[in-house]
Amino acid sequence: MSIIDWFAKREKNTVDTTEKLNIPGHLWIKCDQCQEILFQKDLKDNAHVCLKCSFHFRMAAMDRVALICDPGSFVPCDEDLGPTDFLGFSDTESYVDRIRKAQTKTKRKDAVVSGLALLAGKPVSIAVMDFSYMGGSMGSVVGEKITRAIERGLENRCPVIVFTASGGARMQEGIMSLMQMGKTSGALERLGRAGIPYISVLCDPTTGGTSASFAMLGDFNLAEPGALISFAGPRVIEQTIRQKLPDGFQRAEFLLSHGMVDRVVDRRELRETLATLLDLSFGGPVS
Amino acid sequence: MKLMAFEKPLGELYDKIEQLKKLSRESDIDLSSEIEKIEQRAAAVREDIYHNLLPSQVVQIARHPNRPDSLSLFRLMSDDFIELHGDRAFGDDPSIVGGLGRIGDFRVVWLGHQKGHDTKENIRRNFGMPNPEGYRKALRLMQMADKLKMPIVTLIDTPGAYPGIEAEERGQAEAIARNLREMMGFGVPIVSVVIGEGGSGGALGIGVANRVYMLQNAVYSVISPEGCASILFRDAKQADVAAQSLKITAPDIVGLGIADGVIPEPLGGAHHDWDVVATAIKTQVLSDLSVLSSQSADQLRDDRYAKFRAMGIFTEG
Ligand SMILES: [Zn+2]
Repeated sequence: MSIIDWFAKREKNTVDTTEKLNIPGHLWIKCDQCQEILFQKDLKDNAHVCLKCSFHFRMAAMDRVALICDPGSFVPCDEDLGPTDFLGFSDTESYVDRIRKAQTKTKRKDAVVSGLALLAGKPVSIAVMDFSYMGGSMGSVVGEKITRAIERGLENRCPVIVFTASGGARMQEGIMSLMQMGKTSGALERLGRAGIPYISVLCDPTTGGTSASFAMLGDFNLAEPGALISFAGPRVIEQTIRQKLPDGFQRAEFLLSHGMVDRVVDRRELRETLATLLDLSFGGPVS
Repeated sequence: MKLMAFEKPLGELYDKIEQLKKLSRESDIDLSSEIEKIEQRAAAVREDIYHNLLPSQVVQIARHPNRPDSLSLFRLMSDDFIELHGDRAFGDDPSIVGGLGRIGDFRVVWLGHQKGHDTKENIRRNFGMPNPEGYRKALRLMQMADKLKMPIVTLIDTPGAYPGIEAEERGQAEAIARNLREMMGFGVPIVSVVIGEGGSGGALGIGVANRVYMLQNAVYSVISPEGCASILFRDAKQADVAAQSLKITAPDIVGLGIADGVIPEPLGGAHHDWDVVATAIKTQVLSDLSVLSSQSADQLRDDRYAKFRAMGIFTEG
């Protein structure tokens, strides 16, 4: 069965792709950039972009799915993959407790949502990182889900889109988190050799081991305005070189001017940009 | 030889032996039985110290200033090593070195991080912390190896990729990421040995290999113990605890399925005898190349992907 048939046959979507903002009782929110007081509902209707200054708020993973995918088309995959504390790691708090808190807060097992969906009628394999889950850090589950999302693109011959939002590797999983960089990047090597496009959408923030692996490897690297994108975090660099960093350093626009991303795209135009890139770069599914 | 803090008891015994020897020479008194006794004690203390090393002590050995460096090891393993320079785009990064050489019957491309043994050389080598052009030089040499069907051998020894303004401007993240992807696709054997510090993405950037080894006192970690302590423990003084928690020693890295084996070092560490270390690495690399060189390009790619694909520990269901 081709992926198109699969989408046609399966029951009408039952997945709720909207996510409640985790600020109950707060109808109003202040813009981080211009201090404007915004009505939550207006903000949501404007793709979580400030109506006054166009500041891009961080977005919940499922809100992003709803914003990008054709309504009702998203089918989640690998939802039952969960983290384990295989090193018995404990710092100021045990990893077990951190996992429990993050799972309670986000209602998901780890920091990625992934699945198959349609975008402007075309099947895509999509993965969205969730920064609110332990800073979107990449441990075994994140690496595995991203890798499987890439492999799903390979199996179904459909483009892969990943939205990154991550502080980097998850230290609580030690060396295993580092190796997820090799695993995910290796999967992209296979996808590339098969001639299937990969689009990386770099959201705020994308740093460390995530930026130094699948986030920077898009055939098309798109970045959201103002997103912090770096290898080393600004604090680490300041401590190393002992001087203040210039304004706008490591922001999306800085990366554009240094040749590291193809475009900085306003979130309100992101879906259309993605649809255009898919249309121009990939000739449709082969069944 | 610089002694590390935990070797102090040993240092005191060595000093005492020297004193007695001097006294014996100058005074004509026979102290040989006394000296022998202390030498025996020293041997026992040595065994005790080096067979019960804490991870934080292993880190000190891995960072020892006299630890053998990549260029020296290339030359010890390969009589005809010739260094090649530059990324053909920006510059030549002295903290990643590479070139051609023969090892046994194989002609290979050598690559490695390069540290110095003194402050001057370390400044020149940026303490083994590469900039993007270092990773791009490595990529250029590996692409050449792939084209010329030569195996690639990499020696890993870096605190990490350099965190600096210009490194960011020139795309440190992109340079490392690209290497990870491209290394997975080469149709030639790749063998990597962590010879000192395997510092995070900066290490893995030349470490996506068919076979990965740890020198006995090398470490491999997602973050330095110091970095981990200051970020997670919010206390830089917890570095020893972090070194323990992160599971970064050779047996741990093998136990987690990341490395394929441990290459033994002389008692006390690789800095005591570079020749022995070079021979041990050479033996291991030759044994792997003789197996891997009979595999097809596709087999080598599949083998490498399968190795990394299996990394990760999680629950399902
Ligand atoms: Zn605003």
